Amino acid sequence: MQRFILSKKNQIAFISAILIVIGFTGEMAFHNETVAIGSLAIASILGVAPIAIQAYQALKVKVVSIDVLVTIAVVGAFFIKNFEESAIVTFLFLFGAFLEQRTLNKTRSAIKELMEMAPESALKRMENGKFEEVEVDEVDVGDILLVKTGAKVPVDGTVLSGEGHINEASITGESVPVSKRKDAGVYAGTILENGTLQIIANRVGEDTTFGRIIELVEEAQDSKSEAERFIDRFSKYYTPAVLVLGIIVWLFSRNIELAITILVLGCPGALVIGVPVSNVAGIGNGARHGILLKGSEVIGDFSRVDAFVFDKTGTLTIGNPQVAEKEIYTADVDEVLAYLASVEHESDHPLAKAVVEHIGDTKLYLVEKTEVVKGGGIAAQVDGHRVAVGNVALMKRENVHLSEKARNDIIRFEKNGNSLVLISVDNELKALIGIRDQIRPGVKENLQKLKKLGVKNLVVLSGDNQGTVDLVACELGLTEAHGHMLPEDKSAYIEELKTKGHIVAFVGDGVNDSPSLALAQIGIAMGSGTDVAIETSDVVLMNSDFSRLPHALGLAKATANNMRQNIIIAVGVVLILLASLFFSEWMNMSIGMLVHEASILAVILNGMRLLSYKLR
Amino acid sequence: MQKATIQLETLTCPSCGQKIENATKSLNGVEKESVKVLFNSSKVKFDFDAEKISVEDVEKAITALGYEVIKSQVKAK
Repeated sequence: MQRFILSKKNQIAFISAILIVIGFTGEMAFHNETVAIGSLAIASILGVAPIAIQAYQALKVKVVSIDVLVTIAVVGAFFIKNFEESAIVTFLFLFGAFLEQRTLNKTRSAIKELMEMAPESALKRMENGKFEEVEVDEVDVGDILLVKTGAKVPVDGTVLSGEGHINEASITGESVPVSKRKDAGVYAGTILENGTLQIIANRVGEDTTFGRIIELVEEAQDSKSEAERFIDRFSKYYTPAVLVLGIIVWLFSRNIELAITILVLGCPGALVIGVPVSNVAGIGNGARHGILLKGSEVIGDFSRVDAFVFDKTGTLTIGNPQVAEKEIYTADVDEVLAYLASVEHESDHPLAKAVVEHIGDTKLYLVEKTEVVKGGGIAAQVDGHRVAVGNVALMKRENVHLSEKARNDIIRFEKNGNSLVLISVDNELKALIGIRDQIRPGVKENLQKLKKLGVKNLVVLSGDNQGTVDLVACELGLTEAHGHMLPEDKSAYIEELKTKGHIVAFVGDGVNDSPSLALAQIGIAMGSGTDVAIETSDVVLMNSDFSRLPHALGLAKATANNMRQNIIIAVGVVLILLASLFFSEWMNMSIGMLVHEASILAVILNGMRLLSYKLR
Repeated sequence: MQKATIQLETLTCPSCGQKIENATKSLNGVEKESVKVLFNSSKVKFDFDAEKISVEDVEKAITALGYEVIKSQVKAK
């Protein structure tokens, strides 16, 4: 029975409205008191039914909610035969709830869009070897699934057989389809544009990259900052306090009307809903643009960032270095290059890869007794010789004499922004290689936008030499550049900035820069949807697109502003209401309820403005 | 110990979250500390002891408050 009444709230509101109109018309046009009182009374009773039920349910679980206050107020009004007020108040309350629901739904629409991209069904191989369609929830790890052309990949998995092209835009933002064949990894939520694949499920449901992104967005939307937790605690005690205040006022003034008006005016509705609404809208906007702001605490911090620290390689630069110039100090060019290639072949370092690529096909010697020198390079035995490949520091360590020409070359190379790779054979310097990494397109403009948004310090940190770093800083308009930085140096630098009172955002590679990412107030990992990037970042750029950074910052600032606006509206309205109650004549329950509902709507609509935020 | 996620119809009033949270916490077998009401996505997440209470019991309690349950998911923790 209760459920039935609760489900008909909207209809009740509608009927109430009609009855109220009848009532007023009856009184004013036809001077028919009975009709007026009758219809208003019925409207009140109809209207208060769902509210009273909600109040009762709340009290059963020991919550003094707004419904309780409104119910008492309406019953009180009924008591003093003020049917007008009771009818109007119930109607406004119900109507307000209806409007709130509509507008809140719109605010949450962004995440609904995300959820709609989730796969719903999968073709699972059953015991009889045939593929049958099942709900995606029924897929377990280890199941074998068939993905046909045009279908959404249902789970994270590995390709067992078949081949095709997948559009991974929903995870990585790359719109160019990626070719997949045996042993390739596939993500849930991506679309197989052509071909057919049989895959084995590795992660299902909530554990897929897609599922985790959705979960993170949901939790972010509900995460509460300090301010919000305070407001929550405040309203827990505030609502019963209003009730008590109303009772006290009644006891002292015997004025029921005054007492119940206080009950209505005191509701903290707008305040409680104001900040979360901004939060939800802001995060929703972010999600639509490939940005995940992990909660309102993050939004608050990010909006006050004044120093951006960037890692160089892979963040500001493409991370695909190429050999730009070289100097050979010996006649045996081919042999030296062959030794070099052999040693670099063993390394995963991007500089090594660039060297190998440049040298191309060559005889590869056996490399033995490899010694990796951290921050320096590699030393090993090749073809009976001691070969060292690395930077100037490594050469010093190996006691390799650098001729004047060599030193001049080194200075020249560094000035040109090269990273240096030197090779020595038996402690003699044989060659100097200069490698350059291209700056990502568009980075310069994006950094300018960040400056426009008020970021004063743009810093680049890198393990590369100072010359390269300086060149990058010059070209991009950065305020500071530091080279020769080991990971410990980078995190120490961030710590220093924090001690100086700066709010620091660090943008780097998710894997190598974990300490720095953790230390900075805002960590942003460029990781193309990898687990590490998603887990460790405070702001996740879902497709590692640098150009989203300005939007993310602007959005955070706009959202923080919006929250402040809403708090001001909510508190302001309550103060005005209470003041006018005590200092003026015309404040009564109906007007009070009207203003109250209007303030709630105002706050929600203000929050909705964030949904359409775009960086100009 | 099982972990449950219950999807509800859209929640609109902030006090709804409070009510659902209190009601769920008061059920015997539900881990009080683990109860999380996600107001914006209209979900309730909590851990519970399958021997003391079932997901259906929790669903009933929430429905009795006046909130419709759309679906629920249980995973072993």
